[in-house]
Order: sequence, then structure tokens, then C-alpha cells
Amino acid sequence: MNDVILSRIAEALTWTGRYVERADATSRILDAYLHRLLEDPWRDEDVACRSLYAILGVDAGAQRVDMQQVLDQLAFDARSTCSIEGALGAARLNARSAREAVSSEMWECLNSTWHALADQRMTARRTGPYAYLELVRRRAALFFGLADSTMSRDDSWRFVVLGRSLERVDMTVRLLSVRVLDAAHAPDWPTLLSASGADEAYARVYGGFGDTARVAEFLIMDREFPRSVLHALTTAEECLAALGRPRQDPARRPIGRMRTRLEYLDSTALEDILPSLLRELQTSCMASAEAVTERFFPYQGPVEWAQEGA
Amino acid sequence: MADIFDAYALADAWDEMFERPGEVRTAYEPVLAALQPMESAELRFKADQMARAFTDRGVTYAFAGEERPWPLDLVPRVLDALEWDLIQRGVAQRVRALEAYLADAYGPCRVFEDGVVPWRLLLNSGHFHRAAHGVEPPGGVRIHVAGIDLVRDEAGDFRVLEDNVRVPSGVSYVIENRRAMTRIFPSLFAEQQVLPVDGYGQRLLAALRAAAPEGIGDPRVVVLTPGPNNAAYFEHALLARLMGVQLVEGHDLVCRGNRVWMRTTRGEMPVHVVYRRLDDDFLDPLHFRPDSVIGCPGIMSAAQAGNITLANAVGNGIADDKLLYTYVPDLIRYYLAEEPVIPNVESFRPEEPGQLEAVLDQLDRLVVKPVDGAGGQGIVIGPHADKATLDRVRKEVIADPRGWIAQRPVALSTSPTLAGDRMAPRHIDLRPFAVNDGSDVWVLPGGLTRVALQEGNLIVNSSQGGGSKDTWVLAEGPADGPLPDEPGAVPDVVPRQLGPDGDRPASQEGAQQQ
Repeated sequence: MNDVILSRIAEALTWTGRYVERADATSRILDAYLHRLLEDPWRDEDVACRSLYAILGVDAGAQRVDMQQVLDQLAFDARSTCSIEGALGAARLNARSAREAVSSEMWECLNSTWHALADQRMTARRTGPYAYLELVRRRAALFFGLADSTMSRDDSWRFVVLGRSLERVDMTVRLLSVRVLDAAHAPDWPTLLSASGADEAYARVYGGFGDTARVAEFLIMDREFPRSVLHALTTAEECLAALGRPRQDPARRPIGRMRTRLEYLDSTALEDILPSLLRELQTSCMASAEAVTERFFPYQGPVEWAQEGA
Repeated sequence: MADIFDAYALADAWDEMFERPGEVRTAYEPVLAALQPMESAELRFKADQMARAFTDRGVTYAFAGEERPWPLDLVPRVLDALEWDLIQRGVAQRVRALEAYLADAYGPCRVFEDGVVPWRLLLNSGHFHRAAHGVEPPGGVRIHVAGIDLVRDEAGDFRVLEDNVRVPSGVSYVIENRRAMTRIFPSLFAEQQVLPVDGYGQRLLAALRAAAPEGIGDPRVVVLTPGPNNAAYFEHALLARLMGVQLVEGHDLVCRGNRVWMRTTRGEMPVHVVYRRLDDDFLDPLHFRPDSVIGCPGIMSAAQAGNITLANAVGNGIADDKLLYTYVPDLIRYYLAEEPVIPNVESFRPEEPGQLEAVLDQLDRLVVKPVDGAGGQGIVIGPHADKATLDRVRKEVIADPRGWIAQRPVALSTSPTLAGDRMAPRHIDLRPFAVNDGSDVWVLPGGLTRVALQEGNLIVNSSQGGGSKDTWVLAEGPADGPLPDEPGAVPDVVPRQLGPDGDRPASQEGAQQQ
């Protein structure tokens, strides 16, 4: 019988999904922002780069930051899981530790991507980051595409999707937060849309106009767009519902509550409550992720024995 | 120091980058500084990357029956703020004058009564459509989109070469060129303040929505394309995508009761504004060519009834007739009471008494153009033509003087262009794009710079083997920036949730929070 999975495996799968999604989203954000920066006649490189750091949750430090440093720290740094390379490396190691639960094709995808990154990094230093970022996006799409077509819709699959959905909410909320809290320094709304891969989808719904309230509304409340907060929350909730007890689930409660709230939110009031809403979304996601850990991954790791008096 | 500009010999024309050999113009200094240290192999590598990126994105054009990547040269064309101000005013002025002319020609015809333009120019123009007479377009706009071709002459002054107010194409290449340059050659943009070009879709959509028939609250705009086999299909799809509107073909539309609908899975939906990328002749088999299978029968009647707006309007061809071109400076004075900001190239009208002989006498020293030629077709450059061509053209001009104009040959300005593994001067032109929303004529910063890739060639059209350059309009200066604020206002960093990185499970477990 294979309808149970180890907690350790489940945790690895969740974080594989999360890290791949993180690499994907980070690459989209860097691509949109860095190239926007080249074209923006009134740019202030330091401030623009700082807002990127803020979005991606990395401390920029006190010194002036430039694009090269952004790339070094947010794309090429293999030691930090907040950077693309670090996230993909972590995804690869997680997948390896759950090697028998992920399909071979998925594992190969992550592994070959990891090995291809070094080459692309060299090229990127010479000609700019475009090809590197594009590779990351393509491989992330390939990974989730393979998950979609080679994994049974069992609990393993649900953990991968759960991780991806939670990360998606987090990333979209981060993007919006920096824009909402610091409108003067953040790039414009169209850039934000393309950073979410939402520019074309948005144009189809709203006809190309990127004014404030509507972009936020789209990225938070759209029911059809897969990167919107509401869509990702719904997916996460579906996974949790299938994974565990339908009632009194501490993991499901915070995001279920936010999902219902978004579903019935009056969009005209959105602009006023945006800062507090974004904060709540962020804390709900964290709370849910912690509850998932507590509930599904009680695994404590190998006990370290210490010899008395040694 | 040997570099790729070493052997750069100025041609006998205004050079965009160099004032004199080795002396660079101010606007180009940063570009030269970025390019000079590069090896030619490096540039080749980038050029190949560019070609691959264009092929992957489907930015191609058909050349000799083959799908080729769109040719973009690595050296941008730079316009400083002053030059751009002039171009912008000149282009907008021309569009306003041509709008006034169209409104007049399809209305009261004062310009002909007053003798500014002869009647025959209107009546024997192949693009004059009686069906357009009396159609009063919303906002008075007939030229929603215009592409005005400019060249720079030997003295460095801009001149208008021709007007395109029917279905000007090429704007997608402006957008794609910029996209490719920022992604493949980001280092070139360092220290430069280049105006962005990505606002075009929004401007166009706003203008098209503003052009909707009166009383429509939420007008539905569509782009009408001849289909995927059209050479500009890529552009049609890109514009539809940028605007988020449907890309329709003629048979997706249906006309009933002078209204236009599109067939969808949810039933027929009304359409109010059609940005059509078909020539007039093919638009409506009921009014124009009956053998057109790519048009939509009845759409012209719907436009006449005022139920839909066609953009650009039907019949605009009378305004970009090359013979009318010679009258445009007069039209500017007549309608706007202004002097032309950008002059024409000196031209002859063979159809006027006396001028035919003058043209024939010096045929080998003039450029002869058919009045309705597009894409550089049919143009004969006297000084470069052989005797047989000149004789043929002489006969054709005598047979149909109304069908031709003659111009002084302008040695188009040159710009350094990668040829093989070094830079060489090549002739360029510029097509800025203007969008008219009825209250304002907006000109997209930059435009399409086309370059003739063969040495000495003066015809830049891509159908004749031409390439293109990314066109930069420099902002006036950093002092204009809206926000020289103090940094530090950036919001606090919210920490990321961290999971196991798979490497050291023992030290990571349970440590979900950083």
C-alpha cells in the first residue's frame, strides 16, 4: 500500500514546490524590474534596487546598491534560498531527499537545470541576465508541467501544489506591498503586472489600462488568473481539504478565512484597506505554513546525543 | 588601439554618430564608450543571440519566400531632446494638416474651391472613395495612426519623405527592438536616459475607444487582420495582445442591419471600433473589390450609418498620395496658418505643364517614384540607374504623368552599422508613429529607424533587404526627475519563510522561521 507518505518526504515535496515557484517568481520580478530600469529615464538605481531587495525579503545593507549587486545577491547567490540559484539548489536537494516520491523526469529537470545554471551565469556576466532568467522560468514551467503529467493526484502531488500555492500568495503579496507602501520609489503598475506574468491576462480583462486600484484588484481578487492571490489561496485550500480533516484544521483555517473574505470583498473598498489586507494575507500564509509543519511534519530529525562530560 | 571603429570612413552624407572622423557627437558619447572596447567576436555573438531571440519570438519577416529573423543592428540611433522636440512638433503638425485636408475633401471641398489644390488631384486619385463622402467620424478623427517617414539630408536637417495615413506598419518592430536591446545588450543603456516605448498599446487603445460612435458606454474594439499569411500578421497580433482586444478576421464578423457583430462561443457580440489592417480595396466586397475574401461584407455601410468606427478611415489614401505630398506645406499654411516645422524634399510634379519636360531632361539626376507605391517598390534612383531602366521609366512617366513624382536625391544620413566584423556607414531613415485621439496627436518617442544594409544603397525597406535600429530619444536630463528624494523610505524587509534546504536536515528542522 502506497497511500501514505513519510512526513519527511512530505516536507521535502512541499519545499520543492515552494522553492521552484520562488525561483520562477524571482526571475520574473528581476526580469521585469531590471529591464524596466534600463528604460526608465528618471531612475534612481539605488532606490529601485532597494525596493527589489524589499520585495524579495533580503536586507540591502547600508551601502549603495546597483544592478550588478542585485544579480549577485538575488540571482546568483547559491547560499541563500532567497536567491534564484539558492532556491533551485535547495529544490534540487529536497527533491533528491524525496527521490522515490518525485518522478524521474521531475528530478532530472531540477538536476539538469542546476548544472546548466553555472554556464548561464558565466554568459550572464558577459551579456546580461536575460538568458539566465529565461532559463529559470522555462525550467520551472517544465518542472510543474512534469509534475502535472507524471504524478498521480495523490498526497505527494498535493504537497507539491500546496507549497507552490503558498509561495505564490506570498510573492504576489510582497510585490504589492512594496508598491502600496512605497509608491514613489517602486516601479509603475505595468511593470508590476509583467513581474507577475499577468500583463497579457490583465489586458484581456481590463483592456490594457494599468491604473492602481484595478491592478491590485486583479492580482488579489481575480478568480481565473492562476497567480492571483485568490486563485492560489483556493488551490492551497483544496489541497489542505484533501489532505486532512475537513473541520477544525489549523492549517486550513487562516487561508480559508482569507479566501472567503476575498471572495466577498467589495472591490470598491479595496484601495483603502489594501495595506492592512496585505499584512493579514502575509500573516495568514505564515500561520498556515507553520500549522502545516506542525501537523504533517512532526518529524524531529536525528537526535543528537552528547556524551556527558565530554 | 585597434577597435571596431578604426576603419570607419565617413560616407558622403551626414553621419549620425561622428561629426568628423574620430570626433563623436555628444549624444553618442556613452554609446561609443560602451561599444569601443568590445571585440568584434563579442558583437557577432550578440548579433547571433539577437537573431535567435527574434526567431524564437516569431519576430520574422518573409524575404524571398524564406522566414528570416527581423534584422536589428546593434548600434542604436540616438536622438537628443532638442531634435526630438522638432520631430514631434513636425509630425503632429503634419497629421493635423492632413486631418483637416481629409475632412475638407470628404466634406465642403473648400481647399479645391480656393485653388490651393487642383480638383483633378482628388478626382483622379485611385484612393478617392465616394463611399467615404459625408461620413462624419467621431471626434473628427480619420487618421488614428500615422507613420511619417523622415530623412536627414546632407546638412543634417530633417525632411519629410512621405506620409503614411492608411495602414502604417512597423510599430511592433519598435517595441520588439527595444525589448531585444534591453535584454541582449543591457550594458549599452548604462548612463543613458532613454524614453520608454511601451506606452503605445495604451495610447492606441485610448484613441480607438475615444473614436467609438457616440453613446456607446463601453465600446468594444477589435483589430481586423487579413490573416496569418499577411506579412504584418505578427504586428496585428502584438497590437491586439498589447491592447487586450480580439484579433478578428473578416469572416469572424457579421453585419446585420448596419451593425457589426463578432461570432463567439457565447453568441454574437457587438463591435464598435474596428482597427483594420486591410487596405480599403479589400475591406468590403459590397463596396470595393467584389473578389475580396478577407473583408467583411456590409462593414462600410455600418460605418456610413455611424454604428461603427473604422480606424483609419476609408479614403485616407488621397492624403498620402505622393503627388499630394508636394502640396502638404501649402496645406499646413492653408489650414493651420503655420509654417511647416519640417520641410519636404524638393519635388517636381510631372503632371503640371512644363514640369514634365524639366523632369525628363534631368531624369538621371532625380529620384522618380510612383505616387501610390508602397514598400519602396517602383522607385528609380536616377544617378544609380542604368540606361535601360531610365528609358523604361521615361516611357512610363510620359504615358502617365499623374502617376509619378520626381525628387532631388537626398543622400540619407548614415549611421555606423555592423557589417561583417567592423562598423561601416549605412543610410538610414526614420518613421515616427503618431496616434490621434481627437484632442491630441501623440508621437511615440523614437520610431522605426530603417537601415539599408548594402553599402551605398538608399532604399531602406525590409522588403528590399533593409534592417533596423533601436531608436533612442534621450530625456532632457536627470534634473527633471520627479523624485530626488532621500533614500531610506523603502519599507522594511519582511523576512522570508525558510524551509529545509535539503542539505543539513539536522540543523534545519523545525526552523521554519528565520
